[in-house]
Amino acid sequence: MSTNGFRRLSGAKVLIESLGHEGVDTIFGYPGAAVLQIYDELYDSSIHHILVRHEQAAAHAADGYARATGRTGVCLATSGPGATNLVTGIATAYMDSIPLVALTGQVPTSIIGNDVFQEADITGITIPITKYNNLVKNPQDLPRLIKEAFHIASTGRPGPVLLDIPKDILTADIDYSYPESVNIVSYKPTFSGHPLQIKKACTLIEKAERPVLLIGGGAILANAAEEVRQLAETIMAPVTTTLMGKGAFPEDHPLALGMLGMHGTRYANYAIIDSDLLIAVGARFSDRVTGKIQSFAPNAKVIHIDIDPAELGKNVKVDVPIVGDAKSILKKLTTTLKVKLPKTAAWNQKIILWKKEYPLDYEKDCSELKPQCVIERINELVEDGIFVTEVGQHQMWAAHYIRCKSPRTFISSGGLGTMGYGFPAAIGAKVGCPDKDVWNIAGDGSIQMNIQELATAMENNVPVNVAILNNGYLGMVRQWQELFYNRRYSYTNMTGQPDFVKVAEAYGAVGIEVNRKEDVKDAILAASKSDRPVFLDFKVAREENVFPMVPAGASINEFVEYRRP
Amino acid sequence: MANSNGVIDNTHTLSVLVANKPGVLSHVSGLFSRRGYNIDSLTVGITESPDISRMTIVVHGDEQVIEQVTKQLNKLIDIIKVVDLSPQDSVDRELALLKVNAEPEARSEIIQIANIFRASIVDVGAKSLIIEVTGGGDKIDALEEMMRPFGIKEMVRTGKVSLIRGNRLTQYEK
Repeated sequence: MSTNGFRRLSGAKVLIESLGHEGVDTIFGYPGAAVLQIYDELYDSSIHHILVRHEQAAAHAADGYARATGRTGVCLATSGPGATNLVTGIATAYMDSIPLVALTGQVPTSIIGNDVFQEADITGITIPITKYNNLVKNPQDLPRLIKEAFHIASTGRPGPVLLDIPKDILTADIDYSYPESVNIVSYKPTFSGHPLQIKKACTLIEKAERPVLLIGGGAILANAAEEVRQLAETIMAPVTTTLMGKGAFPEDHPLALGMLGMHGTRYANYAIIDSDLLIAVGARFSDRVTGKIQSFAPNAKVIHIDIDPAELGKNVKVDVPIVGDAKSILKKLTTTLKVKLPKTAAWNQKIILWKKEYPLDYEKDCSELKPQCVIERINELVEDGIFVTEVGQHQMWAAHYIRCKSPRTFISSGGLGTMGYGFPAAIGAKVGCPDKDVWNIAGDGSIQMNIQELATAMENNVPVNVAILNNGYLGMVRQWQELFYNRRYSYTNMTGQPDFVKVAEAYGAVGIEVNRKEDVKDAILAASKSDRPVFLDFKVAREENVFPMVPAGASINEFVEYRRP
Repeated sequence: MANSNGVIDNTHTLSVLVANKPGVLSHVSGLFSRRGYNIDSLTVGITESPDISRMTIVVHGDEQVIEQVTKQLNKLIDIIKVVDLSPQDSVDRELALLKVNAEPEARSEIIQIANIFRASIVDVGAKSLIIEVTGGGDKIDALEEMMRPFGIKEMVRTGKVSLIRGNRLTQYEK
């Protein structure tokens, strides 16, 4: 230590020390020429580095780690193709507002722009899919930029931040002391809700007879599940969640409506259409949630609580916008409310009737193995689980039949809809929460988009379970072709699928094939007990459809009524 | 805003203070193209403090679009302050250079017109003149119209720059 409180360290050493200061215990990465200096430091660092088999998986795993733990995920890739391979993972995290710091190597500053070997303008490429990004040009800026990256990624509306670090910055000598605080003039997210707006919201809530709480992923990011429950119980309002909000409200609670939207439950969608007050928390009214926007909650006043001012009034007209942290605003709302005897009894009666009349359902009296049945069994049998999904039919069935009781137990690529997300994200979740039973619910299409990560799971001893609902189709696309394209199954019938049991075994993992209903239970229990990664290949009914379904662009109470010819 | 002819004018001038860093311009221009906002002009230059630049962005759209533009701009980390100058009293200026055909017999007429517009002749060639004019967009349009019969060989406009009149400043938290 020198007298001025600084130490002389290499850029790479500064990076590793700074990660330590940020409390980073795990990073997901893949080495390459431009980041050799970092890997040399990692060689004897206490930071746990998980070597993936494709950089995309590093980003997804860091994302899954972040969603499961609430801490910022970190991924690391080399310049050029390493960096560009992160892009899908960064975009996935961006769409779902996940705190992620992506570190990329870059060619030396002196030759940037010369089309050097493995050079890509990754800061340029990721402008629209990062909350912020930066190319480090001056070695002395490195500690501050790392501090800012973690601050920006994890505060306000969280999101991915990319830091591109040229090779010469990593080798340069830096006077190092980690900054204790951040001051970015242009970045001061609003945290506490405006008291006047909260008062206005209370007035609306006190008058409401048919209120609905619409809870999005923001409630989970804000750790506001408890506050959501308190508000719901205080005003006796039913609660629907978006796909991203799943887990923010216990789904076995009498006030729970499940998911709304395109594949929402009928009762959730009917409740929205009939409501006179919508209280949206950390939700962004995506097209998959609202359907035809003009007829979404047509009779409702709207209270919208979100930390991102740009979301308020973006898609839906809002009567009382409240900018700020959902947790503290909900707490204030609940304590400020004067009505202790809610006027919602008749409303709740109506909803009970809807729930009875229109339950989630599928054909149970048949010999075929139904995919919904597999997920129902997983839901029953897995204790203390985290459920991750890929994207497609299985994702919607998981949303229907996995009944989450607590936040951060359902992890899915909602906004971007990234096939191939689930398996690496499950690995990240398991690394972050080793005591949880982590399940990736997958389709036979999605799992093949990052199936190479079996090696990562094996090498790092990450025993995740993968339930492949194998129907030999890209099921969701096939469903749309069936419903809207005259059953012309153009390139959705996947006939070249591998034997997933053998694939698992080739990597040293466990593979179990399940063909009959009777064998589902034992297979699930065996997987939960296994200390190795398990692939469960469920050979399910090939042409099962996801219902309820609202066609794209229709009002959310206009369900597809379809009988197969 | 409705103008004197009752036509809705949905053009807004946004004065935007940004961190003076590389990449900020591409963040802003990328935002406009990505979200489909229509940009009429954009100028950028340094301000009284060297680490801050000011962009003047002219954009058109209805109130909801302008609100979204403002909010989305504010979301960019390097953007310090966004002010919609349209409802305020502001000084708006633009500069243009016009290279006009000027055969000897037309020259004095061109110079006379330029004088009426308080424009200057800043370059004289054998067969052309360059006129420099400063003013509001309408004035520049009008001069351009007047010069058209002589033949405009080339023209460049800076786009609008604006400041609020009087003592008021673009306030921001430091």
